[in-house]
Amino acid sequence: MNTTVVSRGAEGRIQRRVEHLMGMPISVALRGRHAASAAGLEAWHAVIDQLRHVDETFSTYRRDSIINRLDRGELTIAECPAEVSEVIELGRQAERVSNGAFSIMLPAGEGRRLDPSGVVKGWAAQRASEFLAALDDTDFCLSAGGDIVCHTADPNREAWRIGIEHPLDSKTLIAVVPIRSGGLATSGTAHRGAHLIDPRTGKSPSGVASVTVIASSLTWADIDATAAYVQGRDAARWLQTRTIRSALVVWADGTTTRLATNPDRRPNT
Amino acid sequence: MRRIVIWLASTITIVVLLFGYHTSTNKSTSAATVPSASAPTATSSPQAGSSGNSSNIKTYTGSVAQTRWGPVQVKITVQDGKLSKVTVVQEPNGNRRDQEINDQALPILIDETVSAQSAKIDMVSGATVTSEGYLQSLQAAIDEAGI
Repeated sequence: MNTTVVSRGAEGRIQRRVEHLMGMPISVALRGRHAASAAGLEAWHAVIDQLRHVDETFSTYRRDSIINRLDRGELTIAECPAEVSEVIELGRQAERVSNGAFSIMLPAGEGRRLDPSGVVKGWAAQRASEFLAALDDTDFCLSAGGDIVCHTADPNREAWRIGIEHPLDSKTLIAVVPIRSGGLATSGTAHRGAHLIDPRTGKSPSGVASVTVIASSLTWADIDATAAYVQGRDAARWLQTRTIRSALVVWADGTTTRLATNPDRRPNT
Repeated sequence: MRRIVIWLASTITIVVLLFGYHTSTNKSTSAATVPSASAPTATSSPQAGSSGNSSNIKTYTGSVAQTRWGPVQVKITVQDGKLSKVTVVQEPNGNRRDQEINDQALPILIDETVSAQSAKIDMVSGATVTSEGYLQSLQAAIDEAGI
Protein backbone atom coordinates (compact mmCIF):
# COMPACT_ATOMS: atom_id res chain seq x y z
CA MET A 1 0.00 0.00 0.00
CA ASN A 2 1.36 3.33 -1.02
CA THR A 3 -0.06 6.70 -0.34
CA THR A 4 0.92 10.23 -1.13
CA VAL A 5 -1.34 11.92 1.38
CA VAL A 6 0.38 14.98 2.70
CA SER A 7 -0.61 16.37 6.02
CA ARG A 8 -1.75 19.73 4.71
CA GLY A 9 -0.87 22.85 6.62
CA ALA A 10 1.20 20.77 8.99
CA GLU A 11 4.64 21.64 7.68
CA GLY A 12 7.14 20.99 10.44
CA ARG A 13 4.53 19.48 12.71
CA ILE A 14 5.69 16.47 14.67
CA GLN A 15 3.58 13.35 14.88
CA ARG A 16 4.23 11.19 17.93
CA ARG A 17 3.36 7.61 18.73
CA VAL A 18 4.16 5.40 21.72
CA GLU A 19 3.86 1.67 22.37
CA HIS A 20 5.01 -0.26 25.39
CA LEU A 21 7.06 -3.31 24.55
CA MET A 22 9.78 -5.34 26.26
CA GLY A 23 8.96 -3.47 29.45
CA MET A 24 9.83 -0.11 28.01
CA PRO A 25 8.25 2.66 26.00
CA ILE A 26 8.98 2.71 22.28
CA SER A 27 8.40 6.28 21.07
CA VAL A 28 8.60 7.77 17.65
CA ALA A 29 8.52 11.35 16.46
CA LEU A 30 7.92 11.83 12.74
CA ARG A 31 7.97 14.97 10.67
CA GLY A 32 7.78 15.63 6.98
CA ARG A 33 5.80 14.05 4.22
CA HIS A 34 4.69 10.84 5.91
CA ALA A 35 4.48 12.09 9.48
CA ALA A 36 0.71 11.62 9.53
CA SER A 37 0.14 9.56 6.41
CA ALA A 38 -1.12 5.99 6.12
CA ALA A 39 2.33 4.93 4.93
CA GLY A 40 3.83 6.52 8.02
CA LEU A 41 1.45 4.63 10.25
CA GLU A 42 2.15 1.41 8.37
CA ALA A 43 5.90 1.87 8.86
CA TRP A 44 5.37 2.43 12.57
CA HIS A 45 3.35 -0.79 12.81
CA ALA A 46 6.14 -2.62 10.99
CA VAL A 47 8.62 -1.26 13.55
CA ILE A 48 6.51 -2.47 16.44
CA ASP A 49 5.84 -5.87 14.85
CA GLN A 50 9.52 -6.44 14.27
CA LEU A 51 10.45 -5.40 17.80
CA ARG A 52 7.80 -7.75 19.18
CA HIS A 53 9.29 -10.55 17.14
CA VAL A 54 12.76 -9.67 18.44
CA ASP A 55 11.45 -9.80 21.99
CA GLU A 56 9.96 -13.26 21.40
CA THR A 57 13.25 -14.48 19.98
CA PHE A 58 15.70 -12.91 22.39
CA SER A 59 13.87 -12.45 25.68
CA THR A 60 15.68 -14.10 28.57
CA TYR A 61 12.46 -13.77 30.59
CA ARG A 62 10.52 -16.07 28.29
CA ARG A 63 11.39 -19.66 29.04
CA ASP A 64 10.74 -20.84 25.51
CA SER A 65 12.43 -18.02 23.67
CA ILE A 66 14.92 -19.17 21.07
CA ILE A 67 17.77 -17.63 23.01
CA ASN A 68 16.89 -19.59 26.17
CA ARG A 69 16.52 -22.81 24.21
CA LEU A 70 19.92 -22.16 22.64
CA ASP A 71 21.39 -21.56 26.08
CA ARG A 72 19.95 -24.85 27.34
CA GLY A 73 21.36 -26.70 24.36
CA GLU A 74 17.95 -27.57 22.97
CA LEU A 75 18.86 -25.78 19.75
CA THR A 76 22.12 -25.41 17.92
CA ILE A 77 23.02 -22.05 16.49
CA ALA A 78 22.58 -23.49 13.02
CA GLU A 79 18.97 -24.26 13.89
CA CYS A 80 18.32 -20.69 15.00
CA PRO A 81 17.22 -17.87 12.69
CA ALA A 82 20.07 -15.92 11.07
CA GLU A 83 19.42 -12.94 13.31
CA VAL A 84 20.53 -14.99 16.32
CA SER A 85 23.99 -15.61 14.94
CA GLU A 86 24.15 -11.97 13.88
CA VAL A 87 23.49 -10.86 17.46
CA ILE A 88 25.90 -13.38 18.93
CA GLU A 89 28.61 -12.28 16.53
CA LEU A 90 28.01 -8.66 17.58
CA GLY A 91 28.32 -9.75 21.20
CA ARG A 92 31.63 -11.43 20.45
CA GLN A 93 32.96 -8.33 18.74
CA ALA A 94 31.85 -6.21 21.68
CA GLU A 95 33.58 -8.53 24.13
CA ARG A 96 36.78 -8.40 22.09
CA VAL A 97 36.98 -4.62 21.74
CA SER A 98 36.10 -4.02 25.39
CA ASN A 99 38.55 -6.60 26.73
CA GLY A 100 35.69 -8.46 28.32
CA ALA A 101 33.97 -5.47 29.95
CA PHE A 102 31.05 -6.28 27.72
CA SER A 103 29.91 -9.86 27.38
CA ILE A 104 26.82 -11.77 26.37
CA MET A 105 27.86 -14.60 28.70
CA LEU A 106 26.92 -13.26 32.11
CA PRO A 107 27.74 -14.79 35.48
CA ALA A 108 24.82 -16.85 36.78
CA GLY A 109 25.31 -18.90 39.91
CA GLU A 110 28.27 -21.23 39.38
CA GLY A 111 28.47 -20.77 35.64
CA ARG A 112 27.48 -18.36 32.96
CA ARG A 113 24.36 -17.94 30.91
CA LEU A 114 23.76 -16.59 27.47
CA ASP A 115 22.21 -13.13 27.77
CA PRO A 116 22.58 -10.95 24.68
CA SER A 117 20.21 -8.27 26.06
CA GLY A 118 23.04 -5.74 26.05
CA VAL A 119 23.34 -6.05 22.28
CA VAL A 120 19.74 -6.65 21.35
CA LYS A 121 18.06 -3.38 22.21
CA GLY A 122 20.28 -1.05 20.21
CA TRP A 123 20.65 -3.50 17.35
CA ALA A 124 16.90 -4.12 17.17
CA ALA A 125 15.96 -0.44 17.24
CA GLN A 126 18.56 0.38 14.61
CA ARG A 127 17.28 -2.43 12.39
CA ALA A 128 13.61 -1.59 12.91
CA SER A 129 14.28 2.05 12.09
CA GLU A 130 14.88 1.01 8.49
CA PHE A 131 11.12 0.90 8.00
CA LEU A 132 10.98 4.58 8.92
CA ALA A 133 14.07 5.47 6.90
CA ALA A 134 12.32 4.10 3.82
CA LEU A 135 9.63 6.79 4.10
CA ASP A 136 10.18 9.37 1.42
CA ASP A 137 11.10 12.86 2.63
CA THR A 138 10.33 12.00 6.24
CA ASP A 139 12.42 12.58 9.35
CA PHE A 140 12.18 10.37 12.39
CA CYS A 141 13.45 10.05 15.90
CA LEU A 142 12.88 6.56 17.32
CA SER A 143 13.46 5.85 20.98
CA ALA A 144 13.61 2.39 22.52
CA GLY A 145 13.56 3.11 26.23
CA GLY A 146 15.81 6.13 25.81
CA ASP A 147 18.16 4.70 23.20
CA ILE A 148 17.58 6.71 20.09
CA VAL A 149 17.94 6.53 16.31
CA CYS A 150 17.64 9.85 14.46
CA HIS A 151 17.21 10.42 10.77
CA THR A 152 16.72 13.60 8.81
CA ALA A 153 15.85 13.09 5.16
CA ASP A 154 16.91 16.60 4.15
CA PRO A 155 20.24 17.68 5.65
CA ASN A 156 19.06 21.28 5.58
CA ARG A 157 16.26 20.58 8.03
CA GLU A 158 16.86 21.24 11.67
CA ALA A 159 18.42 18.54 13.80
CA TRP A 160 16.50 16.53 16.33
CA ARG A 161 17.29 17.72 19.82
CA ILE A 162 17.98 14.97 22.32
CA GLY A 163 17.94 15.76 25.99
CA ILE A 164 20.24 13.72 28.23
CA GLU A 165 18.65 13.02 31.54
CA HIS A 166 20.67 13.94 34.60
CA PRO A 167 21.57 10.55 36.14
CA LEU A 168 21.44 12.00 39.64
CA ASP A 169 18.20 13.93 39.10
CA SER A 170 15.88 12.46 36.48
CA LYS A 171 13.71 15.57 36.49
CA THR A 172 16.39 17.64 34.84
CA LEU A 173 18.56 17.38 31.78
CA ILE A 174 22.31 17.51 31.99
CA ALA A 175 22.85 18.14 28.29
CA VAL A 176 21.18 18.58 24.94
CA VAL A 177 22.55 17.06 21.74
CA PRO A 178 21.41 18.06 18.26
CA ILE A 179 21.50 15.06 15.92
CA ARG A 180 20.41 14.89 12.30
CA SER A 181 21.27 11.27 11.66
CA GLY A 182 22.81 8.72 13.97
CA GLY A 183 22.36 6.80 17.17
CA LEU A 184 22.52 7.91 20.78
CA ALA A 185 22.48 5.62 23.79
CA THR A 186 22.81 6.17 27.50
CA SER A 187 23.88 3.54 30.01
CA GLY A 188 23.47 3.90 33.71
CA THR A 189 21.38 2.70 36.56
CA ALA A 190 19.05 5.63 37.25
CA HIS A 191 15.78 3.84 36.59
CA ARG A 192 16.54 0.27 37.45
CA GLY A 193 18.94 0.24 40.33
CA ALA A 194 22.28 -1.45 39.93
CA HIS A 195 21.61 -3.92 37.13
CA LEU A 196 24.74 -3.46 35.05
CA ILE A 197 27.72 -5.50 36.13
CA ASP A 198 31.24 -6.04 34.96
CA PRO A 199 31.11 -9.61 33.63
CA ARG A 200 34.74 -10.11 34.64
CA THR A 201 34.09 -9.40 38.31
CA GLY A 202 30.32 -9.73 38.68
CA LYS A 203 30.34 -6.37 40.42
CA SER A 204 28.64 -3.08 39.66
CA PRO A 205 30.96 -0.35 38.43
CA SER A 206 31.78 2.53 40.69
CA GLY A 207 32.64 6.13 40.08
CA VAL A 208 30.40 6.62 37.07
CA ALA A 209 26.72 7.60 36.99
CA SER A 210 25.95 7.42 33.29
CA VAL A 211 27.59 7.23 29.89
CA THR A 212 26.02 8.64 26.73
CA VAL A 213 27.50 7.75 23.36
CA ILE A 214 26.65 9.22 19.97
CA ALA A 215 27.71 7.15 16.98
CA SER A 216 26.69 6.63 13.40
CA SER A 217 24.56 3.65 14.39
CA LEU A 218 22.63 2.96 17.56
CA THR A 219 23.89 -0.62 17.52
CA TRP A 220 27.41 0.47 18.48
CA ALA A 221 26.41 3.55 20.44
CA ASP A 222 24.50 1.23 22.77
CA ILE A 223 27.28 -1.34 23.05
CA ASP A 224 29.94 1.30 23.64
CA ALA A 225 27.85 3.13 26.25
CA THR A 226 27.33 -0.09 28.19
CA ALA A 227 30.92 -1.28 27.82
CA ALA A 228 32.21 2.12 28.97
CA TYR A 229 29.81 2.30 31.88
CA VAL A 230 30.81 -1.05 33.36
CA GLN A 231 34.43 0.07 33.28
CA GLY A 232 33.64 2.66 35.94
CA ARG A 233 36.44 5.16 36.35
CA ASP A 234 38.07 3.98 33.12
CA ALA A 235 34.94 4.82 31.07
CA ALA A 236 36.24 7.99 29.43
CA ARG A 237 39.72 6.57 28.87
CA TRP A 238 38.33 3.55 27.07
CA LEU A 239 35.91 5.62 24.96
CA GLN A 240 38.84 7.56 23.58
CA THR A 241 39.92 4.39 21.82
CA ARG A 242 36.58 4.00 20.10
CA THR A 243 35.09 5.17 16.82
CA ILE A 244 32.33 7.35 18.09
CA ARG A 245 31.19 10.84 17.28
CA SER A 246 31.03 12.05 20.82
CA ALA A 247 30.27 10.99 24.35
CA LEU A 248 29.29 12.39 27.70
CA VAL A 249 30.40 10.67 30.89
CA VAL A 250 28.68 11.77 34.07
CA TRP A 251 30.67 10.76 37.12
CA ALA A 252 29.19 9.70 40.43
CA ASP A 253 29.94 13.12 41.91
CA GLY A 254 28.01 14.86 39.14
CA THR A 255 31.03 16.15 37.24
CA THR A 256 31.20 15.41 33.53
CA THR A 257 33.68 14.56 30.81
CA ARG A 258 32.87 15.28 27.19
CA LEU A 259 34.62 13.49 24.37
CA ALA A 260 34.67 14.03 20.65
CA THR A 261 36.56 11.73 18.36
CA ASN A 262 37.15 11.66 14.70
CA PRO A 263 34.73 9.11 13.22
CA ASP A 264 37.27 8.13 10.58
CA ARG A 265 40.11 7.60 12.97
CA ARG A 266 40.03 3.88 13.42
CA PRO A 267 37.79 0.92 12.79
CA ASN A 268 35.45 -0.41 15.42
CA THR A 269 36.70 -3.92 15.65
CA MET B 1 39.69 16.79 25.18
CA ARG B 2 36.82 18.26 27.13
CA ARG B 3 38.14 21.75 26.63
CA ILE B 4 38.42 21.23 22.93
CA VAL B 5 34.80 20.35 22.59
CA ILE B 6 33.66 23.29 24.63
CA TRP B 7 35.52 25.91 22.70
CA LEU B 8 34.87 24.17 19.42
CA ALA B 9 31.22 24.70 20.16
CA SER B 10 31.77 28.41 20.51
CA THR B 11 34.01 28.67 17.48
CA ILE B 12 31.49 26.87 15.35
CA THR B 13 28.90 29.35 16.50
CA ILE B 14 31.23 32.06 15.35
CA VAL B 15 31.90 30.62 11.93
CA VAL B 16 28.27 29.90 11.33
CA LEU B 17 27.46 33.51 12.13
CA LEU B 18 30.31 34.58 9.96
CA PHE B 19 29.14 32.48 7.10
CA GLY B 20 25.63 33.81 7.43
CA TYR B 21 27.00 37.31 7.25
CA HIS B 22 29.09 36.50 4.23
CA THR B 23 26.23 35.15 2.21
CA SER B 24 23.90 37.95 3.13
CA THR B 25 26.30 40.68 2.05
CA ASN B 26 28.01 38.83 -0.78
CA LYS B 27 31.38 39.77 0.70
CA SER B 28 31.04 43.41 -0.20
CA THR B 29 31.86 44.90 3.17
CA SER B 30 35.20 44.86 4.86
CA ALA B 31 35.97 44.21 8.51
CA ALA B 32 32.66 42.75 9.41
CA THR B 33 32.58 42.24 13.11
CA VAL B 34 30.30 39.50 14.24
CA PRO B 35 29.60 39.39 17.93
CA SER B 36 29.01 35.97 19.41
CA ALA B 37 26.93 35.39 22.46
CA SER B 38 28.77 32.24 23.40
CA ALA B 39 32.25 33.74 23.12
CA PRO B 40 31.92 37.35 24.09
CA THR B 41 35.47 38.40 23.25
CA ALA B 42 35.53 36.77 19.83
CA THR B 43 35.28 38.72 16.64
CA SER B 44 35.72 37.50 13.11
CA SER B 45 36.21 39.16 9.80
CA PRO B 46 35.51 37.56 6.45
CA GLN B 47 38.31 39.62 4.93
CA ALA B 48 41.01 38.54 7.33
CA GLY B 49 43.36 36.15 5.62
CA SER B 50 40.84 35.23 3.02
CA SER B 51 42.01 33.48 -0.08
CA GLY B 52 40.40 31.65 -2.91
CA ASN B 53 42.05 29.12 -5.22
CA SER B 54 39.13 28.64 -7.50
CA SER B 55 35.88 30.32 -8.18
CA ASN B 56 33.83 28.08 -5.92
CA ILE B 57 36.16 27.28 -3.01
CA LYS B 58 37.04 30.07 -0.62
CA THR B 59 38.69 30.08 2.75
CA TYR B 60 38.37 32.65 5.47
CA THR B 61 40.42 32.97 8.59
CA GLY B 62 38.80 34.49 11.61
CA SER B 63 40.54 36.75 14.06
CA VAL B 64 41.92 35.27 17.25
CA ALA B 65 39.29 34.78 19.91
CA GLN B 66 40.28 34.82 23.54
CA THR B 67 38.49 32.15 25.51
CA ARG B 68 38.83 31.20 29.11
CA TRP B 69 41.09 28.35 28.03
CA GLY B 70 43.29 30.38 25.72
CA PRO B 71 43.31 31.82 22.22
CA VAL B 72 41.33 30.17 19.44
CA GLN B 73 41.45 30.89 15.74
CA VAL B 74 39.60 29.11 12.99
CA LYS B 75 39.66 28.96 9.25
CA ILE B 76 36.60 27.99 7.25
CA THR B 77 36.29 26.63 3.76
CA VAL B 78 33.28 27.54 1.72
CA GLN B 79 32.56 25.46 -1.33
CA ASP B 80 29.76 26.29 -3.72
CA GLY B 81 28.25 28.58 -1.16
CA LYS B 82 28.22 25.97 1.60
CA LEU B 83 30.37 25.69 4.66
CA SER B 84 32.42 22.59 3.96
CA LYS B 85 35.23 22.59 6.49
CA VAL B 86 36.41 24.21 9.64
CA THR B 87 40.10 24.14 10.42
CA VAL B 88 41.22 25.26 13.82
CA VAL B 89 44.49 27.06 13.18
CA GLN B 90 45.10 27.95 16.79
CA GLU B 91 43.76 26.29 19.87
CA PRO B 92 44.59 26.55 23.55
CA ASN B 93 46.94 23.58 23.65
CA GLY B 94 48.74 24.62 20.50
CA ASN B 95 47.65 21.74 18.31
CA ARG B 96 46.04 21.91 14.95
CA ARG B 97 42.82 20.11 14.50
CA ASP B 98 40.66 19.68 11.48
CA GLN B 99 36.98 19.31 11.89
CA GLU B 100 35.02 18.40 8.83
CA ILE B 101 31.60 19.92 8.87
CA ASN B 102 29.41 17.18 7.62
CA ASP B 103 26.61 15.10 8.91
CA GLN B 104 28.94 12.67 10.64
CA ALA B 105 30.77 15.31 12.61
CA LEU B 106 28.05 17.76 13.47
CA PRO B 107 26.61 16.30 16.64
CA ILE B 108 29.68 17.10 18.66
CA LEU B 109 27.95 20.01 20.25
CA ILE B 110 26.87 18.52 23.52
CA ASP B 111 25.36 21.54 25.18
CA GLU B 112 25.38 21.37 28.93
CA THR B 113 24.25 24.94 29.36
CA VAL B 114 20.58 24.72 28.58
CA SER B 115 18.09 23.80 31.21
CA ALA B 116 15.37 21.26 30.64
CA GLN B 117 12.79 23.88 31.29
CA SER B 118 13.79 26.30 28.58
CA ALA B 119 15.06 24.06 25.81
CA LYS B 120 13.02 22.57 23.01
CA ILE B 121 13.66 18.85 23.22
CA ASP B 122 12.40 16.14 20.87
CA MET B 123 13.39 13.03 22.84
CA VAL B 124 15.05 12.16 26.10
CA SER B 125 17.81 9.64 26.65
CA GLY B 126 18.50 8.25 30.08
CA ALA B 127 19.54 5.09 31.79
CA THR B 128 17.10 2.55 30.38
CA VAL B 129 13.71 4.16 30.78
CA THR B 130 11.32 1.44 31.88
CA SER B 131 7.59 1.56 31.42
CA GLU B 132 7.12 2.00 35.15
CA GLY B 133 9.39 4.99 35.17
CA TYR B 134 7.95 6.33 31.99
CA LEU B 135 5.16 8.42 33.42
CA GLN B 136 7.63 10.23 35.60
CA SER B 137 10.11 10.71 32.85
CA LEU B 138 10.70 13.79 30.84
CA GLN B 139 9.85 11.90 27.71
CA ALA B 140 6.30 11.52 28.89
CA ALA B 141 5.98 15.25 29.25
CA ILE B 142 7.23 15.69 25.72
CA ASP B 143 4.81 13.15 24.31
CA GLU B 144 2.03 14.81 26.23
CA ALA B 145 2.87 18.24 24.91
CA GLY B 146 2.99 16.83 21.39
CA ILE B 147 5.84 19.12 20.41
